[in-house]
Formats: sequence, structure tokens, C-alpha cells
Amino acid sequence: MKLVFEKGSQGRRLELISKMDVPEVSFEQEHRRERAPRLPQMSENEISRHYTELAKRTHGVNDGFYPLGSCTMKYNPKVNERAAALKGFQRVHPLQPQETVQGSMEVLYLAEKYLCEITGMDAMTFQPAAGAHGEFTGLLLIKAYHVRRQDEKRTKIIVPDSAHGTNPASAAMCGYEVVSIPSREDGCVDLEQLKAAVGEDTAGLMLTNPNTVGLFDKNILEITRIVHEAGGLCYYDGANLNAVMGIVRPGDMGFDVVHLNLHKTFSTPHGGGGPGSGPVGCKTFLEPFLPGVRPVKDEDRSQREQGGSCQFLRSPESIGDVKLFYGNFLVVVKALAYIMTLGREGIPQASSNAVLNANYLKVKLSDVYDMAYNETCMHEFVMTLEGMKQRNGVTAMDIAKALLDYGVHPPTMYFPLIVHEALMVEPTETESKETLDEAIGIFHKIYEEAIRNPQELHSAPHSTPIGRPDEVTAARKPVLRYTWE
Amino acid sequence: MGTYVPDTKQQQKEMLKEIGFNSFEEMFSHIPAQVMLKDGVHIPSGLSEQAVIRRMEEIAEKNVVFSHIFRGAGAYYHYIPAIVSSVTSKEEFVTAYTPYQAEISQGILQSIFEYQTMICELTGMDASNASVYDGATAAGEAVAMCRDRKRSTVYVSAAAHPGVIEVIKTYCFGSDAKVVMVPEKNGVTDAKALEEMIKTDPRAACFYVQQPNYYGYMEDGEALGRIVHEGGGKYIMSCSPIALAVMKTPAEYGADIAVGDGQPLGMPLAFGGPYLGFMAATAAMARKLPGRIVGETKDDQGRRAFVLTLQAREQHIRREKASSNVCSNQAWCALTASVYMTAMGAEGMAEAAKQCMSGAHYFLDVLKQAGLKPKYENAFFHEFVTVSPQGEGKDSAHILMALEKRGILGGLPLSQREILWCVTEMNTREEMDEAAAIVREVLHGKTGEKEVCGS
Repeated sequence: MKLVFEKGSQGRRLELISKMDVPEVSFEQEHRRERAPRLPQMSENEISRHYTELAKRTHGVNDGFYPLGSCTMKYNPKVNERAAALKGFQRVHPLQPQETVQGSMEVLYLAEKYLCEITGMDAMTFQPAAGAHGEFTGLLLIKAYHVRRQDEKRTKIIVPDSAHGTNPASAAMCGYEVVSIPSREDGCVDLEQLKAAVGEDTAGLMLTNPNTVGLFDKNILEITRIVHEAGGLCYYDGANLNAVMGIVRPGDMGFDVVHLNLHKTFSTPHGGGGPGSGPVGCKTFLEPFLPGVRPVKDEDRSQREQGGSCQFLRSPESIGDVKLFYGNFLVVVKALAYIMTLGREGIPQASSNAVLNANYLKVKLSDVYDMAYNETCMHEFVMTLEGMKQRNGVTAMDIAKALLDYGVHPPTMYFPLIVHEALMVEPTETESKETLDEAIGIFHKIYEEAIRNPQELHSAPHSTPIGRPDEVTAARKPVLRYTWE
Repeated sequence: MGTYVPDTKQQQKEMLKEIGFNSFEEMFSHIPAQVMLKDGVHIPSGLSEQAVIRRMEEIAEKNVVFSHIFRGAGAYYHYIPAIVSSVTSKEEFVTAYTPYQAEISQGILQSIFEYQTMICELTGMDASNASVYDGATAAGEAVAMCRDRKRSTVYVSAAAHPGVIEVIKTYCFGSDAKVVMVPEKNGVTDAKALEEMIKTDPRAACFYVQQPNYYGYMEDGEALGRIVHEGGGKYIMSCSPIALAVMKTPAEYGADIAVGDGQPLGMPLAFGGPYLGFMAATAAMARKLPGRIVGETKDDQGRRAFVLTLQAREQHIRREKASSNVCSNQAWCALTASVYMTAMGAEGMAEAAKQCMSGAHYFLDVLKQAGLKPKYENAFFHEFVTVSPQGEGKDSAHILMALEKRGILGGLPLSQREILWCVTEMNTREEMDEAAAIVREVLHGKTGEKEVCGS
């Protein structure tokens, strides 16, 4: 397929903006660019067709089953899009006088209220734009807390070896040393290892529960107790909240600070890799350090007037700002619409069915595929192709690529690192039994292929726009932009 | 109430049975009872779609949407072509995930590759990443790119956006980096001060400047760059992407890294987000760029193919040794920017830039006639600062209140008497005349008159 730079023709343009009606003023020579940027010169028709062609080579949740473990690729409801498209949300400048943006402040206020209730936290900021950004923010809260206590010794963050890569990366960005503790055979935190690792230098622990192998760590209260006793704080990576929202709350499990992924658990679309939103919630004692400003209601006026009016306030010992303005506001609008739709009953129903669907898939695939762990899983489970690799050379990569030929997006490959030849499967609650049964059939077919004709799988996929790309050369001799000859 | 769970209660029960459970409670029985919620979550009951929209409309109506906007300061009101909205609303683009599986993601990957190319063209740099959260975080990440064991002092122009300065400081709170502000003098960075500070500092890592700066004024980009390089530091320049259509590029000014916010490229004001952070660098610094980068390669049949590349920098491979923790980017916003740049083309963007600049200069003229004074006589692009004369009822608050009453969002009040104005191609001559007439009324005390003169 041609690039946009290889289409169009010199001189083609759209008539998009009106003619100027004031005298022309332009830069002096010293500030003028020498050569115009080389951007496409196409007609609107050509542009429209180019992007339609690109869309046809793109696969989203809207196109088919997307059981990507750890990403919660659930259905993106259209009502959320309609809410975010409202003129009142799209056309307001972030620096308008506060009396003129009470609606936007109400969105942030309600989202904070509902999400604090769901997570068991007391305050929340929506400034972080993604999960990793939220992790960075949450860790800065922990850092500010220890600095405030003048406890300079706490330089380490404990992270299980099963953790998502963003966890240690975020800790390093905050200047912490990362202490990785090995998980038990059953994928859960090794309490002995944890006890040995905590001490006076422990700033905190980063954990997700259920963990990255999809299991609920039953020792969670003991884990958080051990860390608290040593003087550290507990950070909850909310990426897996879809397993437990409305069923358990991180705040009740001993966590002091959490981040959420609105683009996972709360159904906002992934957009090909963003924009997301990674709000950070915390307990009262960490509230003074929150970044940005938060809408606060004058409670007395709330009684007199409907709703009352909001005012932006900054926490007294705020760590500053992690982003300009208030966060990915339109993403928060979508998440709020979703929470309003699900409500008190729908939230636990979503997570219950997420867990049901995952266990259903796991049980029905267990006859031919090896599962990394046999216990009841939560919203996702890990398959291991290690055995198959030994027996007939078929790897997790091969299975994943074979799935592409059936129009199914593969599960997450090679994560978590503690399982060899891992495929992590997360169906989510928005898939029907028929879709799951169809997927089960496809997985079985592929298994039979793997036994009968492993070679076929090594060369999969066959029916996609491109075959397996040469990633080695792409890294060795990077070509990161189009160049005109 | 909707949950988007397709299966009926009956089907769910059957599935539970198939996997050996009689109820959901049983399925969750391995979770310690102590942590199980007894009373559910205390949020309102779920609503029908109709009720959700009604509620959202009620909330949105509490916002005031101004039809005439003269405020910028990091968020700009530009024309968004219809083709941009049309393309970006395609469900494939909206609902796709990160393109880790290249074979079925060529659409996303190619669009990012095209975006990267356009950013390079705009900034004059050799390589661009696939975007970061916004211009402020791009600044924070750029600063991190320049630091190493030996150099950890970060110099920042005090004439940059105060919000961006705050983000840079917050990003540095995590590390041992020291942030030193280079003072502003007469509306631009004090080059002499920068020289004094940096020539005696062997730990200077970089210097960050915004072009045009927060107040709208043009910095001496080349001179500042020379000073930084002589001091052994790296030069980071943040630019307005619309200005770049006609303005000297960061590369031409001598920058090592170019950053900025791409919001003006087709994204609505949206109360501050989602916006778009772009980052581009010289070939020498390209491998230090954080976040995702798309590269071109071939597939097993020799066809052109795009993949995420140089992933060894990233968190999922390097973990605590990663160059940054960035995972998600702003892919859909980068797509928006690409479509905008394709639709407008170089000529269209130059036209928009010309109108922004010309309009702003016209507006300053009529505001001067109305009684405001420009704070400085410096060259500017499309933002500038005015000062009110002394006297009761003539300050920023009164001026802005009078404008607001007529549905106009005036410039940003910087202080009691100073206002930071912005003009874009969305402001017509008529609008500017009307705004100036209202300002004149306020300054010349014609409070009795109801009609706007000169309309």
C-alpha cells in the first residue's frame, strides 16, 4: 500500500479556511523557515480513500474477539462517544473562569466520587494520562510522604518478578532502586521472600491483585500488613481491576494508593494505543500531596442550590503537576458515562462475568492446552506452550500468528515473564457464549494443526495483509521516516 | 441499566455449571471473606442510555461555550476540518489496541509512520517518536533524555509556559536533577544570564526554551542555542506546530530535541485533554527518544511492512533500565494530527499561520487604539501581552467581565493589569473590532451606552 506521501499531485489542495480580512504580517527573515515542510498535496477524495484503506488494515475490538491479557479489551459503548461529543464538553477552554466550566468540574467531581467508592480510596486526581503515568504519580506521592516525614532512608520499591514492565520502570523514574522478589510456584507473592526484602529502606510495594498470572493472592492482607509494619506504603496497580470491581476494593485490602486504567476497566476506547487515562486515588493521609487541582464543592451551598458550585483547589503540599491542565478530560467523560450506565448493580456484574468467561475458556481449553496454573482464575489466565515447544517445536508465537488467520486477535505473548512460552488470555465480560465457543473451536483446530503440520504454523499468518515482518532488520537498520529520493 | 454482558442470567448459570460452580458466590469463594464487599458499591443505580444522555446533557449545559475566543496559553482554538472528524471516528481506528501484532495492524502502524515523517518535516529533525501525553510531559521526557551521571542540571527559560515549567520540576523531583530557572528580561529569556550560569556549570545537561514563548514573543533561538552548546549542554526547543508551517524550525535554530503540543493540529479544546505531545530529535539523539517508534521493514515475502521498533528502549523489555516508563501514547491524537496536516497541506498550514499572525497584529493595533498598551515591542507570532492604564474600573477583571457579558472569552489575565491575548484564523476582523470596541467602552468609562460603536 502506498504511503500518503506517494499519493496526490503537486498543487492539489482543499479550500478549508476563509480568506484573510486583515493586512498581512509575516516573520522577518531571521525567524522564517527556509523550505516549506513536505506535506501531502491531495484532494479530499484521495485523502478519504487513503484512510479508508488504512482502516481496512486495522483490527479493533469492533472487528472481532480480542482476548489480549492484561489489556481488558472490552466493548467500547457508543453512548460514551455521544457524551464526549457534546459541544459543552468539546468547546470549553481549560482556562475559562471557573463559573463558566461548572459542568466540566462536575464531571471530575462525580468521577472522583464514584471511583473512590469503587476503589475504597478517599481522594483522586485525573491528571495522569495513562496507567504508567499514574504509576509515576502514585510513586511520587509515596516519595513526598517519606520526604515529609524526613525519612531519607527509604530508597527501595519492592516489585514482584511477575509485575508489568511499567512498574519497575516507573519506580526507576522516581529515583527508587527496584527490589524484585521471586514469586512462588503458584504465581503468588512469596511471604518469606517479602519479609526478607522489607526493612527500613523500604519506601513501598507495588502490586496488582489479582496478579499478572490471573490469580487472586489470598494472602493480600498479610502482604500489605508486612509492608506497613516495616514502614512502607502499598501501591495498587489497577490494571486488573476488571476482575474485582464491585466485589473487593483495593482500599480494603490494605492499599494506600492506586491507579486505574480508564481505557481498560472503564471501557474507554484504546485508539490504537491511546489516549488513555490513569487516575490516581489515595487515602486521606496522602491527599495533601496530590498533583494538579481538584474540584471541591462548597457543601453548604450544595444544600441550598441544586448541586452546588465547584471550586478548583490545589492540595497544600502538592507534588506539582504531571501534565498540563486536568488530564485527558474527554476520556474521563466516557468513563463517567460508563459508570452511570452500569451503576451499583452493573459494576459487580461486569467483573463477575469477566471472571466467569475467563474460567469458562480456561476449562474448555484445558483438554489440549497446558495451563500455567490450575486454580480458579480471575479475569484472565495464562497458557504455556513450553510443553508443545519441546514436543513438536510449536511456540506461543506460532499459535498467536495462526490465530490471525482466523480473524482472532492473539492473546498477550510472552508475558508475564515468569511463565515460559506464555499466552495470556482475557476474554472480558462483553463476549457472548457463542463467541467463546467459536474461539474454543478455533484454538482446538490450531492445536490439531500443530500436531499434524507444525511447519504450517511456523509460516503463519497467511491471509493477513502482510506476513511476519523482519523485526531484526527493523531494529538494526532503523528507517523511522519516509524520505524523498 | 446496561452492562454490555450479552449472556442472559440463564446462560450464565449454565456456563457456571459447566465449569463446576453453582453460583457466582461459589466461584469467588476462594477470596478471603474479610475483603469481600458485603453491601456492594455505594454509587447510584445504573441508568438507561436515554437517562445517561439526559444527565450528561444537563451537566454539559452548565458549561459556557464561548463563540469568540481570544485566549491561548497552551490551548488553541483552530478550525478542525470535517475530514479530520470523519476519518478519526472510524471504529477500526477508535477501537484498535497498540499495534503489537504487526500483521493485522498495518493501518495503525503506517499512519504512525506517516505522522512521524510529518513531525520530522515540521521540526526539521531526523526522527520522531509516536507521541507522548502532551507538550508538557514531552518537555519532562526531553529533559530526562539529556541527563546522565555527569550532567544533571536542567536550565529552563522562565519565559516558558508556567504549567510546563511545573511539570518539568515534578518530573525532576523523582531524580537527582536540579532545575535552574533562567530569568526573563523584557519578555524574552535573558541570554546574558544563561551564558553566565551555563559557562561555569560543568554539570549543565540542557536548556529548555519555548518558541514563541509563553507571552507570545520570539526568542533569539540561534543565540541561545550557541550559548547552550558552548556550555556543553543539549538544546531543547518547544514550538507551536502551526507556527512551524512558516517559522524557522528547531533544527535550523540548532536544537537537539524538538517538542511541543500538537493540540492545534485538529484536536478540540476539550477542557485540556486529550492533547498530543510530539518529540523529535537529531540522528545523534534518536535512540534516546522514549515511547513507541514505528519503523519500516519488509515481511517474509519482501513486501513493505511497518513494525514497532527499537523496543529495547522500552519498559516491557528493559523494565527498570528503560529510558522511560511510557507504555500508552496518544495514538488516536497522532492520527488526528496526521489527517489535519494531510488535509491542510503545507500551503493550508502556512495560510492558517499567516492568518494567526496577521490577525494578532491587527488586534493589537485596534486594542492600542482602544487604550491598551503592549507590554513590550518585541516581535510576536499570535499571542501578546497588553497592560491596562491606571484608574478604577480599567483593570483586567473589568475588561474581561465586559467581554464575557457579550459572549467573548478575552485573553488570559496575567495580573491585575496585564492580559495575554491570542488570535487564530477563527477570529474575524468583525470579532476583533467588536472586542476592541468593548475594551474602549471599559477604558473610557462609557458605561451608560448599550450599543457597541463601530459595528
